[in-house]
Amino acid sequence: MTDTQILAEKKPTGPFSRWLAMLWADKIAFLAAVFLLVILLCALFGPLLLEAIATKQNLRGRNAPPFDIARGWLYVLGADALGRPLLARVVVAAQNTILVAAAAVLASSIVGTVLGLVAGYSRSAAAQWIMRLGDVIMSFPSLLLAVIVLYMLEPSVANIVLVLAITRIPIYLRTTRAEVLEVRERMFVQAAKVMGASHWRIVFCHILPVIFPTLVTIATLDFAFVMLAESSLSFLGIGIQAPEITWGLMVAQGRPYLTNAWWLSFWPGLAIILTTLSLNLLSNWLRIALDPTQRWRLEMGGRKNG
Amino acid sequence: MVEHLLEVRDLSVEFHTAAGTVNAVRNVSWHLDRGETLAILGESGSGKSVSASAIMNLIDMPPGKITSGTILLDGRDMLKMTAEERRLINGAKIAMIFQDPLAHLNPVYTVGWQVTEMMTTHGQTGEGAHARALELLRRVGITDPEKAMRKYPFQFSGGQRQRLMIAMAIACKPDILIADEPTTALDVTVQAQVLELLQELQQETGMGMLLITHDLGVVAEIADRVVVMNSGCIVETGNAAEVYRNPQDPYTKKLIAAAPGKGAMPEESSRLGDPLLRGVGLKKSYGAFQALKGVDFFIMPGETVAVVGESGSGKSTLARAIVRLDDPQEGQVLYRGKDLLAMTPKEMFGLRRDLQMVFQDPTQSLNPRMTVYQLISEAWVIHPDILPKAKWRNRVSELLVKVGLKPDMAERYPHQFSGGQRQRIAIARALAMEPKLIICDEAVSALDVSIQAQVIALLEGLRREFGLSYLFIAHDLPVVRDFADRVIVMKAGEIVEEGPVRQIFEAPVHPYTQALLAASLDPDPDVQAARRAARRTQEGLVFA
Repeated sequence: MTDTQILAEKKPTGPFSRWLAMLWADKIAFLAAVFLLVILLCALFGPLLLEAIATKQNLRGRNAPPFDIARGWLYVLGADALGRPLLARVVVAAQNTILVAAAAVLASSIVGTVLGLVAGYSRSAAAQWIMRLGDVIMSFPSLLLAVIVLYMLEPSVANIVLVLAITRIPIYLRTTRAEVLEVRERMFVQAAKVMGASHWRIVFCHILPVIFPTLVTIATLDFAFVMLAESSLSFLGIGIQAPEITWGLMVAQGRPYLTNAWWLSFWPGLAIILTTLSLNLLSNWLRIALDPTQRWRLEMGGRKNG
Repeated sequence: MVEHLLEVRDLSVEFHTAAGTVNAVRNVSWHLDRGETLAILGESGSGKSVSASAIMNLIDMPPGKITSGTILLDGRDMLKMTAEERRLINGAKIAMIFQDPLAHLNPVYTVGWQVTEMMTTHGQTGEGAHARALELLRRVGITDPEKAMRKYPFQFSGGQRQRLMIAMAIACKPDILIADEPTTALDVTVQAQVLELLQELQQETGMGMLLITHDLGVVAEIADRVVVMNSGCIVETGNAAEVYRNPQDPYTKKLIAAAPGKGAMPEESSRLGDPLLRGVGLKKSYGAFQALKGVDFFIMPGETVAVVGESGSGKSTLARAIVRLDDPQEGQVLYRGKDLLAMTPKEMFGLRRDLQMVFQDPTQSLNPRMTVYQLISEAWVIHPDILPKAKWRNRVSELLVKVGLKPDMAERYPHQFSGGQRQRIAIARALAMEPKLIICDEAVSALDVSIQAQVIALLEGLRREFGLSYLFIAHDLPVVRDFADRVIVMKAGEIVEEGPVRQIFEAPVHPYTQALLAASLDPDPDVQAARRAARRTQEGLVFA
C-alpha cells in the first residue's frame, strides 16, 4: 500500500506533461516516437522542399555508391538507376507511403472495430451477417482481389487505399468480436447493466477501452503489412504509378540492380523496417500506459520489470 | 532430538516483484508427525501456502527465492536434493490436493487414465495400476467405478472431483498428504463428507496430513495441531482446541472473534404494511434444467432477507431475475405493486435507481480501467437527475467516508486496493444511486473472515442510516445469522423453508435446513467433536 500512496501523491501536473514523462521513462519508445515524428515531418514537408531534386535525372551519377559526398550531401545514400539522389527520394516517398498505409489502416481498423462491436454485442441476425461477410472477404485471396479491382478501376491513391482497407477489415472484425464476447460477460459489464447504462455506454465506455490496446497492437503490425502489400501492387504496375514514388515501389525498382547496387533497395527497405519497428515499440508502450494496473512501470521512472 | 516425519526449519522465501522484494514467509518452522493432522491457518496473503509450495518444489525461481532454512523429510534435507530425487518424492511420498479440482485435472483425458498415470510414473505396471485405480475410486466413494474410469473430469460434480483428486493423491500410499484449501470451493454438505473421507483415509494409512486453510471450522473439524500465520510469520502454534479456547496472540484473538455466527440474533420484528418487493411464481429454465421452479417471496421495507442455498439451488438466478439481467419465463416481480418484468426498458430505467446489486467478486465487478471517482460518479452520468455535476466531487468524498475509505482515494484505480476495500467501493457505487433495495449476491463470500465481519457491520450501519432493505444471498448459514431478519432456504430451484432467523437456526423444520445447519462447521473444536460423536452414534444405530 505504501508504494501506491507515494505514487498517488506525486505532483499533480497536466495530462500532457504526465504522458510525456511516461514516454521519457521508456527510452526505447521515446526514440521510436522521435523517429516517427521525423518521418511524419518528412511526409508533410518533404515533397514541398525536395520534389524537384528527387525527380531530376543525372545520368552521370547512375547508381552512384553511398557514403560519397563528392556530388553533394544529398547523394550521401547514393543515387538510383537514373542518377536521382536516394536520400531525397526516400524523404519524398514518405508522403505517399505514410498516406496510403495510414489511411488504409485507419479505415480498416475503424470499420472493422465498429462491425466487430456490433457483431459481438448484439444478438440479432445482423451479427451473423457481419461475420459471414468477414468470411467472404477472408476466403478471397487479398492480392487477387486487389488486382481485379485495380484493373477495373483507375489505379489511384484513393482506390489503393480502398482495396487495402477492405481486405484488412476481417482481422479487426474477428479480433474485436472475440474479445467483446468475452468482455461482455464480465462482472463489471453486468454491474453497469444493473445501473441502467445504455448499450451505447456499455459498448464505448466499458467494453471498447478494454479491447483497445489489442486493436492498437494489431493495427501497428498491420501497418507494415499494408506498406508491403502496396509495394507488391506497385511492383505489378497497378499500384502507385511512376513518377509518384513510395518506399515499396523504390524497393521494387531496385530489385534488378540488387547484385551490383544494393543501396537502391536497401534504404527504402530500411525506412519500412524502422517505421514498422518504431510503431510496434510505441504501441507496446501505449498498451502499458493505457493500462492502470501496468502504468506504474512507467511512472516509477524507466525501471522495467518484464 | 526427536525425528519428525517432515520438518520445516527457519524457512524464509522471498519474491522479487516489480514493487520490490516481498518476504512471503520469514523464519517459519513447523513439523509434522505420522498420523497427525497439522493445520496452517491464515488469511489471504499470510503466506500459508508458501511453505507447502516449497516442499513440493512448486515455487517459481525466479521470481521466488528460498533465502534460508531446511526442509527435512525423514531427516534428509529436501532443498539439497537434485530435481530428479525431488520428482520421485512428489506423488510417491508426498502428495497434494488442491482447492479447485477442475483446474488440476486434465480435461482431455479420462479420469481412469489420470489415476493410472499417477502410479505408472512411479513405477507400477499398467495392469496392476488399473486394478488399484478401481479399488481407489471405490474407496473414495465414487459410485460405479468401472464406468467412472472412462468418464472425463467435467462429467463429475465438484465434490466427486475432489474425491478423484484424493484418489490420485493416495494412489502411491504417500507418507504425507498436503491439502491446500481442499473444501473451500465445495458446498457445506459436501465439505463435511470430504473432510470425513480425509479423516478415514488418514486413520487407515497413518499418513501425516498438512491442511492449509482459512477456515476456523475446518481446523476445528479435522486438525490436531494448528499453526496460525499472519503476514509471513507464525504468530501462534499449538493444540487446535487449546488455541481456540485460549488464544495468546492478538491476531489469533481477532481471527476467532471475527468468526461469524456467534453474535446475538436480531429480535423478531413484525413489519406491517405493503412489501417493498414481491416475487410471485418465478420460473426459469435453461434448456431442460429448471433453475427456478415457481418461487414466491417478499421483502418488507427496511428488512434484510437472506437467501441461503448450495450451488445450483437457484439463488443467484433469483437475484438476476429481480434486476432483469436474466428474465424468468414465468411469474411476476412486483416492486411496490408494479410488475418489473412487464415493464419496457424505459420504465425499468427509472426504477434501476431503486434496485442495486453488489456482486460477489469486487475484482471483477469494478472496471479496472476506471478510477474510483469515475466508478462512483458513473451512477450520475447514467441518471443525471440524481445530482448536478458540480456536486459530484463532494458527494464521492462523502460516500467514500461513509464506507470507511478516505476521500483522497478517489483518483486511484481498483487494483490499488485490497479485496475488502474494493468491496467497499462497490457498495459506495451502489449507494450513489440512492437505492431502496440492495441485492448482495455472495457479497462477502470472497473475502477473508475478519474483512467479512467488517463489511457486514458496514452494511448493517448503512441499513440503519438509510432505511435500506437487503436481499442477502449466501451459501453459508453462519454468515447470515447475525445480520438477517428473515431467512429463505432454497434447494434445487425451490424454497424449502422460510422464517425468522431465530426460528431457522433454533428450530429448523425441513430436513435440508437441518442438514445444512449440521454440516456447517463451528469454529469451536469441542462443538465439532461433540457433533462428530453424535454423527457416529447415529451411524452406529443405522448399522445396528
